[in-house]
This record gives sequence, C-alpha cells and structure tokens, in this order.
Amino acid sequence: MTSTAAASVVGQPVSRVDGPLKVAGGATYAAEFDPGPGLCHGAIVTSTVASGRIASIDTAAAEAAPGVVAVLTHRNAPVLPYHEHKGLTDPPEGERIHLLQDDRVRHQGQPVALAVAETLEEAVYAASLVRVSYRPESAVTAFSDAVAHAVPPGPRYRDRGLEGDGGRGDADAALGAAPVRIEAEYVMPRLNHNPIEPHGTVARWSEGELTLWDKTQWVDNVRAEMAAVFGLPPDRVRVVSPFVGGAFGSGLRPWANVTLAAMASRHVDRPVKVVLTRRQMFGITGYRPRSTHRVALGADRDGQLLAIRHEGVSETSTYETYAEEQLGSSEYLYACRDVATRYRVAPRNVQTPNDMRGPGKVTGVHALECAMDELAAALDMDPVELRLRNDTIVDQSTGVPFSSRSLRECYQAAGERFGWSRRNPRPGAMRDERGRLVGYGCASATWPAMRQAAEARARLLPDGSAVVSSSSSDMGPGTYTSMTQVAAETLGLPLERVRFELGDTRMPTAPVHGGSWTMASLGSAVQAACAEARRRALAEIGRADADLAAVLRQIGEPVEATVRTEPGDELRRYSAHSFGAVFAEVAVDPDLCTVRVPRLVGAYGVGRVVNPKTARSQITGGMVMGMGMALTERTEVDPRDARPVNSSLADYLVPVNADVGELDAVFVDEEDPHVNPLGVKGLGEIGTVGVAAAICNAVYHATGRRVRELPVTVERVLGAAVR
Amino acid sequence: MRVTMTVNGHRMDADDVWEGESLLYVLRERLGLAGSKNACEQGECGSCTVFLDEVTVCACLVAAGQAHGRSVRTVEGLAEAGADGAPGLSDVQEAFVAAGAVQCGFCTPGLLVQTEDLLRRTVAAGAGAPSDAEIREALAGNLCRCTGYEAVIEAVRLAAEWTERGRPAGGPARGEAR
Amino acid sequence: MRSFAYLSAPDIDTALHAVSAEPNAKFLGGGTNLVDLMREEIEQPDTVIDITRLPLAEVAELPGGGVRVGALVRNSHLAAHPLIRERYPVLSQAILHGASGQLRNMATVGGNLLQRTRCVYFYDTASPCNKREPGAGCAAAEGFHRNTAVLGTSEHCLAAHPSDMCVALAALDAAVEVRSVRGVRRIPVTDFHRLPGATPHVESDLAPDELVTAVEIPPLRAAANSRYRKVRDRASYAFALVSVAAALEVEDGRVRTARLALGGVGTRPWRAREAERVLADAPATEEAFDRAAEAELAAAVGRPDNAFKIDLARRTVTAVLRRLLTTDGSTP
Repeated sequence: MTSTAAASVVGQPVSRVDGPLKVAGGATYAAEFDPGPGLCHGAIVTSTVASGRIASIDTAAAEAAPGVVAVLTHRNAPVLPYHEHKGLTDPPEGERIHLLQDDRVRHQGQPVALAVAETLEEAVYAASLVRVSYRPESAVTAFSDAVAHAVPPGPRYRDRGLEGDGGRGDADAALGAAPVRIEAEYVMPRLNHNPIEPHGTVARWSEGELTLWDKTQWVDNVRAEMAAVFGLPPDRVRVVSPFVGGAFGSGLRPWANVTLAAMASRHVDRPVKVVLTRRQMFGITGYRPRSTHRVALGADRDGQLLAIRHEGVSETSTYETYAEEQLGSSEYLYACRDVATRYRVAPRNVQTPNDMRGPGKVTGVHALECAMDELAAALDMDPVELRLRNDTIVDQSTGVPFSSRSLRECYQAAGERFGWSRRNPRPGAMRDERGRLVGYGCASATWPAMRQAAEARARLLPDGSAVVSSSSSDMGPGTYTSMTQVAAETLGLPLERVRFELGDTRMPTAPVHGGSWTMASLGSAVQAACAEARRRALAEIGRADADLAAVLRQIGEPVEATVRTEPGDELRRYSAHSFGAVFAEVAVDPDLCTVRVPRLVGAYGVGRVVNPKTARSQITGGMVMGMGMALTERTEVDPRDARPVNSSLADYLVPVNADVGELDAVFVDEEDPHVNPLGVKGLGEIGTVGVAAAICNAVYHATGRRVRELPVTVERVLGAAVR
Repeated sequence: MRVTMTVNGHRMDADDVWEGESLLYVLRERLGLAGSKNACEQGECGSCTVFLDEVTVCACLVAAGQAHGRSVRTVEGLAEAGADGAPGLSDVQEAFVAAGAVQCGFCTPGLLVQTEDLLRRTVAAGAGAPSDAEIREALAGNLCRCTGYEAVIEAVRLAAEWTERGRPAGGPARGEAR
Repeated sequence: MRSFAYLSAPDIDTALHAVSAEPNAKFLGGGTNLVDLMREEIEQPDTVIDITRLPLAEVAELPGGGVRVGALVRNSHLAAHPLIRERYPVLSQAILHGASGQLRNMATVGGNLLQRTRCVYFYDTASPCNKREPGAGCAAAEGFHRNTAVLGTSEHCLAAHPSDMCVALAALDAAVEVRSVRGVRRIPVTDFHRLPGATPHVESDLAPDELVTAVEIPPLRAAANSRYRKVRDRASYAFALVSVAAALEVEDGRVRTARLALGGVGTRPWRAREAERVLADAPATEEAFDRAAEAELAAAVGRPDNAFKIDLARRTVTAVLRRLLTTDGSTP
C-alpha cells in the first residue's frame, strides 16, 4: 500500500472502525468493567422534597438487610475536602452540591444516602428500606414563580462573554417605525438528554490511587473534579472511558454516581459500582432548561429586517447558575441594523441544568425561526425568500466577516431536494393521498465553529503500524473512526495499520468532547502529531520521500511524537459558524389533529467533511432529536413540589423508529481556509438546531394554526384543523 | 435457586440466583454476557432484547426463574463461528456496520436481535423482504438516540437483501457500502 | 425489589391451592407489568406463583362460532391467529397497537386484563396515590393528569385503564373465565373491571384467590367489519390518548348492529352503551355517529390537562365509524 492510496482516506465514507466490536456485543462500557475481586454495588436514595433539611434518617433496617456492606448518609459519610474546582463545563457561578456532607436538601432527587451491598439487587432493596424525614423549607417550585425573580447570568458569565443584555442600535425605535411588525412568545419545556446508556461508575482505590471507569465526555475533568473533591493530586486519579453509550451533553459533568462510587469504595475498601436508574437520570443529571422567549421583528415591505428584539429566560438551580447563549444567533444570523437581546435566568429549587446538544442555539433559534415564519406570513412573502433577503457575509454583532457562510447554498440545495417549489403558499391548501393536511416549513440552523487546545501522541511501530492516542471520547459520532482517517492520511499508512485510542487520563490531554469541536481541536493535534512522527522517522534515514512502513521496518524501533496544538487568532479575525437550512413536511390528520413528519431535509455548510457516512448519521440523529423536541419530548415538573413527574422512557417520549419518515441530510461544498488546519467547522450539534421551528412552521402551513408552545401535541392543534 | 438454560447453544448453570433477579441480570452479572444492555429496566427501550425460545423478549422483565430450562440467544450468539473457529459476523451484524447504523452502540445489541427476528419471520421464511413501514413498526420497541434510525433502516434493507441473495463474498470492504 | 418466595406451578390445581393458602401472592404470567411494578416497589407480593407452565395457551373455536382464548396465550400469538384476524379484526388490531413487539411476545391475555394504570403518580412512590396507598390522596387531580381518564372518575382517582386489548374485548362482549379452589365462574369483561369510586385500589372483580384461565368471545357477525383506532403521541409504542374499538353492521342505510368501546378516556375499558343506544336503528350517517359519541361523552368530566380528550374521543368515534362504511354508505 502506498501513501498515495491512503491519502484519499479523509473525506471517504469509511465504516466505523469500532463497529465490528460493537455489533458483536464486545464493547465494554463504564459499568461493565471488572475492577477485580470484591466488587460491590451501590444504590442511591434520593430526596423527596425540593428544599429543606433532613430531619431524621433511619438506616437500621437497611443495614440489617441481606448482603449489605454499608449505608452511607451525611451522618457517617467521610468528610471530604471539596476543594474549589470549576471546569469549562461547570457553571462559573455558584457551588456544586457537596454530596452527603450535610443535612441540606436543595432539590428533588438529590442523593441523601447510598446503600452498598454484595449484589445490585441487595443494594436496591436496602436503599428502599432507608427512611428519611425532612423539615421542608420554602422553595421556588413553579417556573412562573422563578421567572418573576429572574436575574442576569452574573459577572463570571460576563467574563466568559455571555451578557444578559446585548445588541446594537435602537431596536425599540426601529420596531416602532417598522411598516411590518410581529411579536410572539414561545415556550420550550425542559428536555432530558436521555442517552440510552445510564450514567454509571466503577470506582477502585489501590494504595491511595483512585481508578474510575466512568461514562463521561471528558475524562480529564472527571479526574480534576475527583482530585478536588477528595483532596488528591490529579496524578493519583485515573479515569477510563473507552466507550460511551450516548450522552448529548449529559457526560459533560461528573454526576453524583462518580463521587458516591469513589466515596463508598474508599469507605468499604472494596471496588464499588454505582449506576443511575432511569428515574435518577431525570433527578440527578442535568437537562436542557425550560425557557420562555419573546421575539419582536420589524421589517420593511420588501422583507428587509429593520429590528430584532429577542428576550429569553430559562430555569436554573438555586445553588448554581446555569446560563447558555440562547440569544446570540439573533445578533448574527441575519443582517439587521437594530437588535436588542435580553437574557435572564430564573433560579428554582431544582438540580442545575447543563448543556444538551446544541445548547442555547436550539432554544434561541427555535424562537427566532418561528418568528421569521410569522413575519413571512405577515409580509405575504415566501419564508425562504425572507431569509435569503436578509443574508449577510459579515457578522454584524462583531463587524468581522464570516470565515465561510453557505446559508444561501444550503437553502438552495435543501429546498431543491425537498421540492419547496411545490408548496402552495396558502395554509391548509395541500393534502396527501390519505386526505391529511400537508404543510411545508423551513428554518435556518447555525452553530459556532470553535476550537480548543489539544494534544495527541503518534507512536509508529517497527511493523509499519501506528497507534495514535489522546484522552478524548467517542460518545457516538465516530471519534475513533475520523481520527483514524486523519492519522492514516497524514502518516501515509493504510487505515488498517492505524489504531486510535482514547478515553484514558493517561493519554495526552484532549479537550472536552463536546461543542462540535472535537474534529477541529483534536483532529488538528492528531494531524500535527502524525506529521511530526512521520517527519522524525523519515529524518532518521535522511529521506523525505520514502515509504513510511518500509522506513519503520528499517529503523526497527518505535518512533514517537506528542504534539499539542492550539487555536491562533483566527477566531478573532473571523466569525466562524456552521450554517444550515432544514425543511420539514408534516401531515396532519384533519379529524384527530395528530402530526406526523413524513420528511425532513437538511443541507449544511460545515467546512470539510472527514467522513460522510458518520457525518450524515450525526445529522440525521440530530434531526430526530429536534423532531422529538417538536412533537413529543418534555420533562414535566410538578409546579407544586418541583418534582419531575414523567421520569421514565414510557412517559418521556423520545421518537421511535415508526415516528420517522424520510430523512435527507446533505453537505454543501464548502472550503474554509480560516478556521483550522483541517478546515472543519463541526457538525455534532447543528442537526438539531432549527428542526422544531421547521416543523412548527409546517404545522402552521398545514393548519393555519401557530403552536407556540412545545411540544406540538394533539390538543394544541385540535380545533384548528379544516374539516 | 439454580437456573439452567441453553445460552447461545451452550448449556449454562447459574447458582444461588435470587428469585427477584431478571434474566438480563443473570446474563450480565452471572454469566458474563454483557452484550445485552441495561438501560431502563422497564421494557421501554429494547436494549436488552434477546431470543427466549426463539421469540424476542425484554430480558429485563423476565424473572430468572421463568428462563429455567429454556433456550436463550443473545447478541453474542448471533454469528455462527467461521470455518477457522473464529466468530464472524452475521449478515445483520455486518449490515449494521456497513450501513453506518451503529453509533454509540448501546442500543445496537437489542436492535440486532430484533432485526434478526424480523428477517427470520419475513425474508428468511420466504415471505419477502419487509417493507420500510414493517421494519419501522417491528423495531419501534428499540429506542435509538443517536442515529435517527435512518441508517438502521438501510442496514435492515441491506441485511434482507443479503439474506435473500447471499452476502457478497467476504462482505463489503470497509468504506465500500453506500 | 423485596424478597419473595417463588413457586413454579406445574399444574392448575397446585397454583390454585398455593394462592388460596397465601394471602399475599401474585400470579406471574408474562411479567411485563408485574415485574416492572415489583421493581418499582409498587407491588410487593410475599409469594410469586409462576404460571407460565400451565396448559392455558390454547386458542380454540367454540361451538356456535365463538373463540376461547387461554389466559396464557401471548398477545403476539393471539393477534396473529387466523380465527381472530378473520372474525374479530378489532381485537387483532387493538393488540398490535399496544406496547412493542418484544412486549407482545411476552404479555399474556390474562395479564393484560389485569394491567395496571400508567398514571405518573401511581408510578412515583414519593407521591400520594389512592390506588397505590388507599387514603393517601390523589396527586393527579391538581397535578399532571393529561394521561388520566374523563369517564368513570371519582374524587379519589382519575387513573385511566391502559390496555388496548381490553377495549376490544369490551366491545366484543367477551367473558372472563376465572377459577379458584371454590370453583369456576364467568364474568362479563364489561363487569370485570371496577370503577374507582372510593376504592381505586380494587381494580377488578377477581378475588385474591382466583386465577384467570380463559377469555371467551361470543360470535358476532358485525365484528367481521370492525376496527381499532388509537390516537397517541408517538406513531407507535405509546399509551392511548384516546382509542376506539368499533364494529358496525348497516342494513338499508340504518345501523343494525353497532359495538363501541373507548380506551384512554375511561377508568376502565369503556363500553359505550349510551352511544350504541343512540345508534340503534339510526341512519348510518356521520351526523348520527357524532350524536352518538356526544351522548356517550355527556357524562365526561374534563380537567385542564385532559379536557381535550372529550372532543378528541368524539372525533375519533366518528372517524372510526365512518371508516367502517363503504363508499355507498353501507357495510361489507
């Protein structure tokens, strides 16, 4: 195999390199690791009040139950240092809950005890025997009450560039003067990530060193957090996470299972496994916060935007402030002189939200793109035309040009594949062969192209193969595969001769696997490390053009290079974002008002696509998550006691196979020479952005009814349909 | 109690099984077969789907005692061992890899078993390849949060085609499908 | 899950004697509901009697054209059975609209009769629920109750009966055969499930020592033209917001036989006798269908989250009956 043949591997639809292992049932996920003899199991007892103190906790029956090794509560749990630590994915404002360190309860579902037993069943049974009583304290339980006391995100968010108020010009004046105006409020419920694999950890202490097998998108942050919690030097903690059964952001922070497993393991001096139940996934992990948005748009009669005013408020906890950039897209997505944004967070006695796929953008773009459709209707203008009329090559929020922007091309490509030209603009005018009302809708999508520092090691072996590693994660997008492609291409070795390893704090440091930046960040480091290793190998024999495999055989010993790469100032000179356009067709039963989605078509400009097969699947998966947000998903929180009530996969409805129709995702040709050496802009999140808006807009087109609160359920459409 | 089952063609005993344990628990924790996944424990996600006496069930809801004396086939037993004794991949497994239907992999084992069942009842029984609507309904009990099911449908179509006409020799090389 | 004694019953008599000797025993069939509820600590039997090896898995034709279905017949088997598909398509469709393929492979007819509600508060042991804990109160009344009933509710309980199969059986006038050491008796399926009243924890007419052994479905000519329609949030694998089981026979433009039952809206599988009364001998028109549905739903009590079900049920009844007519307004 020559290096020329291997060089074409980036951009090819390579099958997932970890696929054969996964289909054979051989991939080992966090909770499946065998830590050696003595493993016991922990089951968590959770609080049933939103705020208060533990008045009494009776563990006698639990301790006497068969197989029980220990029952930990705040009364007997080890006192832990809990040193300050805030990783990039932790809220900068506030302080995390210190587990089992005091009697204070801050939210429903907070761990108040851990039963540790020989088997999982014994632990679960023992946990059910723990009797807890509370002295409840006043709590903000209803979102509406929290909104009444909403506040700006806070100074540390401002330091990160997230302001409560933003914009340019005088939006109020411009709105007042605009010939055409619309204003509407959009409500988006809380959503849970619901990866199929629940969070779980196996912890083992050995001679003062802690090893954790954990489900996480960021082993290095789990290490830093556990080092801080237990007061250990980071090099005494090892975190291993080679396979992650989906996360979508839920793996960005270590949850209670990690600390409790480590705490219990040290306490009983045996390895301990703690896995969250599905119900606990709703009460312990984060979620996309509930939010309410108000959007006002003003335009001239030709559809030129004259003003955007976008206000949003989302829930957070009382002990930390979780804020996300929900309104930024309203400042850069379209050309508009006068823009005002106002974002507030509403503290509530709930656990802290956290990033869920497309955080902020999924929420803010939904509101903006529904409003754009309302504006198009008010203008009697084609919704695609309205977007294109306000296209811009300069980011008007910063005044710098976009590094690349293919929004127009995306609308053209997706619109053509979708058949947008067949759309009768009049709502309620189209029917399918079954007599259902048909609606077409569209929306823009956007996600920032970001990049972090990253480090990778390339180790070239005498047999002509290579092992490349970094502490990153593969929660499903295909990190193993795409990094193998980049490495093989850079080294000039066939794919089969390159192995990529990840998910271990012993490896060179990768940034958190999130933000759609893994390819941009780690891909750049892998490329650099492989180039350097190849250069070193060839330098050994003094020839630059030789076949690497032959050179390695000749050298006879490993050649290694570890390289750290970081972004330059390119993201100050350019505004870098992926853009896309998504089209939805809905079919609405005229009698029963059920909404189905026969088709979703999206086109995306994401820079270079390393692997079209895995990339496409990322997008279609994101689309279906957006469809779930549009039609079925919501976490209901009881306003009386802030308790999530539908905490199961029977009651929280993620889309099933039968909900899905035709999905079509394409990438427009786009070269971005500015963003990073690979020219990739990221595609993990953008597939979810805009989908719910496209569907809502299609529902309007089908029925003439605006449903402004998600999800679009039968009762929200009922009564509006044409008989 | 002692539970004796035929698992993937081999007789297996599990001793000291507590009556409340599920078949899934016995497979994963006692027999070392972690391929079947535990994700909801309510029969709501399909990740633990296995064949029990040749029909698919959610192993999380089967009481261990109910599996006594019966035959179980899990994802680990889908492929026949090759001529060299090394386990290969079945048509369904190979098709899932080739079509890109595997992402995080956690729903995959259950999906593979349910797909195997669908193809046995349709194309392998001479009833022709299932329609997309049949596939989507048959797999409605297997939640996947990664793929959007698009590649899954492609994989099932591909596996059905291979079942009907035979898999191309050696299977598709990496990167050749699509 | 709490510990319990496990007994695998080799024959019916052993099962019946075991249950009569043990006050807190449960029969285990497919396990799809009981195992789940035990894991959630909602059901806590001292003894579990595994009945899956009992000879109750036969589907047999009865003299006169009815069908007898053993209590251990699996849902998937029953839905696919030629006798059911030909004579009672509504039953086959109802079963196929419930749960998932895997669960239908496990779930039994007897178990499905005893399926318990999916009210979210019933499932959350931290919330008060009169069904789970008599006298505790009902969290749903002032809480989230979108998936609760509008017919047959009481101040103590709003929980909807979750079964699809039972809705079809109610429309078909099926009878439940139960056995105990005291003997055999038959209960019309429409009397089998109880309204919640002041005792929502008592869900059926079944005595603690009785075992469901079979369901018998009488012959019904109209059932050949029958249909099940389920309105749900997902296209598959979701509980009903509203479902309708209907059979219709029209002669000379007038309704000769109409059978109707509703799911998702009732605290038990809801036989719509009032609607049937209105339909009797009425012209087979959409207007009459609508009037019949309205008559049935006149007694419905909606709450903020579930009031839409009243209108939705009316629409669904009308749509299903309309679909049972041929284009010339008759029935096949």
